[in-house]
Amino acid sequence: MATCLGDAMFPQAVKGTVKLLRRLGHEVVFPEGQTCCGQMHVNTGYLREAVPLVRHHVDVFEPVAHGEWDAVVAPSGSCTGCVRHQHAMVARRAGDEALAERAEAVAGRTYELSELLVDVLGVTDVGAYYPHRVTYHPTCHSLRMLRVADKPLQLLRAVRGLELVELPDAEVCCGFGGTFAVKNGETSTAMLADKMRNVLGTRAEVCTAGDSSCLMHIGGGLGRLRTGVRTVHLAEILASTEASQTPAAAGSAGGVRDEPAEAQR
Amino acid sequence: MSGAREEVLARLRAARDAGAPRGGVPPVPRDYHRSGSLEPGGREVLDLLVERVEDYRARVLCAGTDDEVAAAVARCLDEAGSRRFVVPADLEQGWRPRIGDRELVEEHPSAPLTVPELDALDAVVTGSSVAIALTGTIVLAGGAPGQGRRALTLVPDHHVCVVRAADVVETVPEALARLDPSVPLTFISGPSATSDIELDRVEGVHGPRRLDVVVVG
Amino acid sequence: MSTTHLGMPAVRDDSHDTGLPTYSPAGQGNLRGATSFPKAAHEKLLDTQLRRNLGKATGIIRGKRAGVVAELDDWEELRLAGSAIKADVMARLPELLEQLEENVTARGGHVHWARDAAEANRIVADLVRATGADEVVKVKSMATQETGLNEALAEQGIAAWETDLAELIVQLGHDAPSHILVPAIHRNRSEIREIFLREMPNVDPALADDPRELAMAARAHLRRKFLTAKVAVSGANFAVADTGTLSVVESEGNGRMCLTLPDTLITLMGVEKLVPTWSDLEVFLQLLPRSSTGERMNPYTSTWTGVTPGDGPQEFHLVLLDNGRSAVLADEDGRAALHCIRCSACLNVCPVYERVGGHAYGSVYPGPIGAVLSPMLTGISGPDDPNASLPYASSLCGACFDACPVRIDIPNLLVQQRAASVESHPRPTAQDLALRAAAVAMSSPGRFAAAEKGLALGRLVAGRKGRISSLPWPLSHWTDSRDVPAPPAETARQWWARTGGNDDEQEGRA
Ligand code: SF4
Repeated sequence: MATCLGDAMFPQAVKGTVKLLRRLGHEVVFPEGQTCCGQMHVNTGYLREAVPLVRHHVDVFEPVAHGEWDAVVAPSGSCTGCVRHQHAMVARRAGDEALAERAEAVAGRTYELSELLVDVLGVTDVGAYYPHRVTYHPTCHSLRMLRVADKPLQLLRAVRGLELVELPDAEVCCGFGGTFAVKNGETSTAMLADKMRNVLGTRAEVCTAGDSSCLMHIGGGLGRLRTGVRTVHLAEILASTEASQTPAAAGSAGGVRDEPAEAQR
Repeated sequence: MSGAREEVLARLRAARDAGAPRGGVPPVPRDYHRSGSLEPGGREVLDLLVERVEDYRARVLCAGTDDEVAAAVARCLDEAGSRRFVVPADLEQGWRPRIGDRELVEEHPSAPLTVPELDALDAVVTGSSVAIALTGTIVLAGGAPGQGRRALTLVPDHHVCVVRAADVVETVPEALARLDPSVPLTFISGPSATSDIELDRVEGVHGPRRLDVVVVG
Repeated sequence: MSTTHLGMPAVRDDSHDTGLPTYSPAGQGNLRGATSFPKAAHEKLLDTQLRRNLGKATGIIRGKRAGVVAELDDWEELRLAGSAIKADVMARLPELLEQLEENVTARGGHVHWARDAAEANRIVADLVRATGADEVVKVKSMATQETGLNEALAEQGIAAWETDLAELIVQLGHDAPSHILVPAIHRNRSEIREIFLREMPNVDPALADDPRELAMAARAHLRRKFLTAKVAVSGANFAVADTGTLSVVESEGNGRMCLTLPDTLITLMGVEKLVPTWSDLEVFLQLLPRSSTGERMNPYTSTWTGVTPGDGPQEFHLVLLDNGRSAVLADEDGRAALHCIRCSACLNVCPVYERVGGHAYGSVYPGPIGAVLSPMLTGISGPDDPNASLPYASSLCGACFDACPVRIDIPNLLVQQRAASVESHPRPTAQDLALRAAAVAMSSPGRFAAAEKGLALGRLVAGRKGRISSLPWPLSHWTDSRDVPAPPAETARQWWARTGGNDDEQEGRA
């Protein structure tokens, strides 16, 4: 599950996930029919409109329920959360019990990346190398919808060269919240300001998380203020190795790059 | 008026059925501690009570005998400068301090004091029904022996409360099981307090500003 | 109260409940503000003193709560029991209310029923007038805030004295409460000192802004009232159906004063505040204090059953209030909002509440629970109804659910109320059209891929910076404070199609 945002805006997180899982010896498929889990519709109140999106998602990913694939993974806590905790609700509310049951079967085998690695595959050291000072923001949906707890931290602690610094008030929301960031832009910004203050206080050069969406928000703020701190998806860090630590790859930002684009060439 | 009653009940009945959960209502899981691990009245539960009551910045004294209770009560009154004090007429005789230069008023249910009379007193001395160690709570039952009516323990600014060891339990459920809800109950956890100004706790507002507890046994 | 909006038409849309009765007209009273949440928040976010006051107070109370909750190794089991007891109450609400009525009446109390706020106020005013009194002392009560009882009594020439310190600060400051538990949480000590100096007769002009001195000034101000009051009005934290017992949980002793010294006690209570049995209180008397004030137990909890000869008020009236609650009960998911025990833990952990404060919500019920309960009680009349904006006043971070002692799934209720908000639109709004179009695009991979091609446009906007700093409305709400990354040169889908996922290079986006 690439997630629509990962597909369209942050392919690095998707590529990182693929690369990482292959390195660990797993076969990865990318069902090309996939689009979007419907989270934006659900969380904005368009529950009826979300029904076709849920149905489409279930159609595309149903092979996992029939054992054709072992698991569905998404580099996103909130998309995984939507699949696991909202798809069946959306279907039931529309009176489609059959769809709800199919959705539950798919959801039961859908994992966020750190869950898949730690719980399903049983690895914490994925053999990554990332020589940077990094702080980790636990995104709300991974923390409170999925309860991934410290799994991402276990993974990060095992990364060679990585200096992990604790983020104060880490569990407080960054203020993204999907359409909240637009519909209540000012309150969202006030929350972002506190998150940025805490990130900057750690003197980390990289802020990482398991959701590109929150990173887009945090990175958007850090970039606007030219803070010199970049946001990088957890999957990219875990995918990094000594071999991939070229200057360009090391700087591939999950949120917003601070460097002018041509510097990346 | 009865029109409103019938209408509200009719609405609620219709709503109860319309919103009934599809899977029915599951039985209430009661996997929390319904009794403590400490023996009621035992040394450990008493120690816990003392620690928790003191946490509220109430004073706690321990006594072994009735004479020691009377002495402890006297000390509490003297330290607070409480000279005129009231007791419910059925308060244990042995717990009452020697009168000395203090003034004792007994309240009989047949001749209740007026509010201004209560307000003119410095202190009240009572017994109690149950105490909860885990939360540092003492429960008074209105009209129960030695506990008087509610106003008696409310208007005077200083309350000296005697707790019998046998009445001390560890948890809230054990306490409720021992109480009779048909009489008015007052659960007291420390002196009155407020945190309404910047969440800064200030002890002593409208209720008695000073609470002293004497534990017997 | 300046936030009242009584005349607002609030039509409940029952169109998808075909065949079912209409449960209740919408609740009236102080349940709806005058402006939408984002507009109100705009003002509040600029108030730096408010931000400081709220940040400090909610921080302290969050810390206290976390400490006392961590002490109990059976906290989760208590939450599960609390939630299940409330679900059971909802399933038997009419029967349990009749049982409560029977028991209160048997013990010498009188029970009254109020369909809505106006009726409740009328009942209370009539009861007060019947005693001949022209003033009442009041214990802090959300139900009376909801119905606007003080204003209604004032119209009848009856003065209502708030006796809870925070309510007193709000009343003297001609202000509105901004928090369920600490209604004056938006005020700091020096603001409170100024209010007291201005509004309290006989106050010492040398009054300092020390909380102890301020509390003592309130004590002096209210003491004579307590000792002479003939009538008290209270709310209730719990009512026990099988015994007819009522309960008020408090700290200052003002509750005890009101419940004990007057001749007449009138208690106004929402119909949902029931527990079935006396022993059920063992759960809630543990959940409530730790969640609300962050104490193992609040200083005083009073329980009383009807009238006790020789002890306390000899006349007791219980007023049971519907005011929209039956409509909430009719909603299978939504009825969980009636489980609320008004502890305020969800407000204290809410990052939105902490930054904008309670007034931005318009209703007397602010914060996460207010953002769902207020529109549920009033219904949503359309896109311009201020309460239509409340369910969106959340980033859905879920901190409220974790804090809620009765496990109300507030994030889910927020989503459900967002749906109610969307479904209240008589005509599609611009947002409706945009999201419907997106749903069509996103439910087919072909259309989705085509839409993604439109992102190439974004790369033009971004130009050589690789970053977008300004977009047209409504996305300007984003770019007001945040950059947007330029879309990548290749989407993940295109990358997969080109390489089958085997390619590590081509990281550049320019
Ligand atoms: S919703 Fe839950 S946390 Fe919020 S006030 Fe009600 S009981 Fe407390």
